[in-house]
Amino acid sequence: MSMQFGYVSPEQIMKDRADYARKGIARGRSVIVIQYAGGILFAAESPSPSLHKISEIYDRIAFAAVGKYNEFENLRQAGVRLADLRGYSYDRVDVSGRALANVYAQTLGTIFTQDPKPYEVELVVAEVGHTLETDQIYRITYDGSVAADDGFSVMGGAAEQVGRYVSEHFTAGASLEGSLRLAVDALGRDTDEPRRLAPSSLEVAVLDRERPRRTFRRLTGPVLDSLLDRGGSETSAPADSDGSGD
Amino acid sequence: MVDVSRIGSLPAEFLTPGTSSFTEFLRQYSPELLPGNRVPAGADLGGLTPHATTLVATTFVGGVVMAGDRRATMGNMIAQRDIQKVFQADEYSAVGMAGAAGLGLELIRLFQLELEHYEKIEGTVLSLEGKANRLSHMIRGNLGMAMQGLAVVPLFAGYDQGIGEGRIFSYDVTGGRYEEHQFFSVGSGSVFARGALKKLYRDDLSADDAIAVTVQALYDAADDDSATGGPDLQRRIFPIVAVVDETGYRQRDEQAVAAIVEEVVAARDIRPDGPVAPLR
Repeated sequence: MSMQFGYVSPEQIMKDRADYARKGIARGRSVIVIQYAGGILFAAESPSPSLHKISEIYDRIAFAAVGKYNEFENLRQAGVRLADLRGYSYDRVDVSGRALANVYAQTLGTIFTQDPKPYEVELVVAEVGHTLETDQIYRITYDGSVAADDGFSVMGGAAEQVGRYVSEHFTAGASLEGSLRLAVDALGRDTDEPRRLAPSSLEVAVLDRERPRRTFRRLTGPVLDSLLDRGGSETSAPADSDGSGD
Repeated sequence: MVDVSRIGSLPAEFLTPGTSSFTEFLRQYSPELLPGNRVPAGADLGGLTPHATTLVATTFVGGVVMAGDRRATMGNMIAQRDIQKVFQADEYSAVGMAGAAGLGLELIRLFQLELEHYEKIEGTVLSLEGKANRLSHMIRGNLGMAMQGLAVVPLFAGYDQGIGEGRIFSYDVTGGRYEEHQFFSVGSGSVFARGALKKLYRDDLSADDAIAVTVQALYDAADDDSATGGPDLQRRIFPIVAVVDETGYRQRDEQAVAAIVEEVVAARDIRPDGPVAPLR
């Protein structure tokens, strides 16, 4: 049988789609999800105070994303619907981050292979446990692959560079101030020349282990400022020397 | 029927941009989960579920207090001695219900989720009026059940951050929403409770004063209405009291309520009909 005109091998189709998705994701700024002693911290550089990259899904679950806004916003809302429906049908404790990560993976996997265009997004679903050991951070990529990250997760344009900085300075069970300083310093290392980010351009939130029921809390305004100040003066040598190097 | 445990990949309904109302979403995707849709239409169902009784609410300077007795009845029987009828609706509001308990509790669960769902999808909270109107729609949706004897009458109260005051909203079974000023009461003992509230309400109440007023009103309701439970000092079952002010919703802890209840009960030993209001 003769080969049809214009035949493209499945490998090539998948490669083209992956390249397309990766390119879209690489255009955006990074998002960092990092464990600290009292929970899980989310930090992103966000040009808009209202178009969030980080949001609450359920009592102990939050969502972070990079890439195309309309696509991940759609996934976020679907996730809230699913979590609320599950919690309403069963009980609030029966809503788990793992189940949500699975559903996102299935959805993105199907879209990647079947839709005309893959989603240009990368997501993190994080669930804060009752102890440091039971925290869960799942990273889901555009093709539906899931990775369970240990301690921290970095997504976005300069994920590799930023991630390297975080892994060099990360210590398990650090304070909120220290982790925030590390995240902000790392976000500024997406270019060869380290940048210093203004607090107003940051989007920061936590899943606070100790809060009853809904643990998600955005850190803004004076709260964020004072945390950044304390983080700057308290952290050990690396962050300090980096700060003075700017 | 949709089996939630079998959702593997996000169904199209979830990914369709649309409503930020959880109730609307349920109606489209899984209508059998809506409170009114679980029971077949038919005869009088009034005797099937316990009946929750009296709720009172009163404003004070900078906030509002809501309190409910703890009794649920089925006909002449006491179905439950320690039922909870007053709940947190969200950060700045409280909701309570009188009437068919089974349906009412589920309606409250849906209302709480409705507010939370909106907050998460939209990234902002509804105005107090918006919340009150949402509850109104939900009660109207239950009209069919109300006509079969399963009426639920909620009471909604919250702190309005715009004007810095507590506000109270009452409802009828058709979903009619009425803003009440100063104080209100619903349920079987409400007639007697409202009489007491009328005589005890003042414009300069503090939060603790307002709690005392609601406890007095519930005592009077229990005094004359057999379906309203009085304070049970033997079993240590006291009214549930919620305070909403600028710091948000908080349920008063049992010891604090117990202290106020014991004071009220001790005073009734001397004057069983309660405090005397001035004649002029």
